[in-house]
Amino acid sequence: MVDIQEVPLDALDRRLIEEYQRDLPLCPEPYAAMGEALGVSEEVVLDRLGRLQERGVLSRVGAVIAPHRTGWSTLAAMAVPQERLDEVAELVNACPEVNHNYAREHRLNLWFVVTAASRERVADVLAGIAGRSGLEVLDLPLERAYGIDLGFKPSWS
Amino acid sequence: MRSGREPGDAATLERRLVQAIGTGLPLVPDPYAEVAAALGTDEATVIATLEAMLARGAIRRIGAVPNHYALGYRANGMAVFDVDDAMVAELGPLIGAFDFVSHCYRRPRHPPLWPYNLFAMVHAKTRPAVETRVRQIRSRLGSACRGDTILYSRRILKKTGLRLAR
Repeated sequence: MVDIQEVPLDALDRRLIEEYQRDLPLCPEPYAAMGEALGVSEEVVLDRLGRLQERGVLSRVGAVIAPHRTGWSTLAAMAVPQERLDEVAELVNACPEVNHNYAREHRLNLWFVVTAASRERVADVLAGIAGRSGLEVLDLPLERAYGIDLGFKPSWS
Repeated sequence: MRSGREPGDAATLERRLVQAIGTGLPLVPDPYAEVAAALGTDEATVIATLEAMLARGAIRRIGAVPNHYALGYRANGMAVFDVDDAMVAELGPLIGAFDFVSHCYRRPRHPPLWPYNLFAMVHAKTRPAVETRVRQIRSRLGSACRGDTILYSRRILKKTGLRLAR
């Protein structure tokens, strides 16, 4: 990860991040429309968004999907002996249904998200990981979401 | 040969569309047309489908998705609370409303290993700042909260949805 302190964001970068977390124009040429609103060309918008992605400042330009509207997902947790962490993480990461996997500081030290077309398929993936690792996998599916995800307001200090 | 217009097609298209744009829209002048071509449909259908999914809440938003960590929010803690089941539905929305909480979810407990039923992702620049914010949550929960802890991430082992521009 590039250190953000080393590659500061200018005013245009900040406006792209602040003003376009939602409502990316749904028209045939959305980046041209953004450019018009920002007073720059489409090329500049595309170039900036590409560079912000390369630097890791943006994880993507795309959709944030509400959970459980299409398919199923869950948060899974495992207590993995420290000496097996790399091996088990590799086994988990090998599943294409796993899109996030974090090592966390807790007895339950491996946390990952499993997403698939159906609840049954998610259960199969968890059972497969439990079988291959010989470890228990906690299944912690979302029951209720509180608050609406309106995007993120950074403080630039 | 079926016409491709039977019931269920809309749901299929939505699922394929979510899959196609899950890792991001292409950074080209006409991204919806490029996605449409990949799915074997047309640009107007892609745009109309996205509009419909936004309208009914299946898509929360479409736009630039920032990486908190890269913006200097280095001390991201997953704060978890053991909240009285009779109170969690009332208290959850108050916690989700804090501006430093990006996600707030109720999840099942797995006692004794995992007694917590309310999760809040707390973003801050330092660990002490995370802890101050978690104390704010804790005080809002009051006596309905019987325990809490913060799980900091040590390493990101996998994160897809990251697609670099070529």
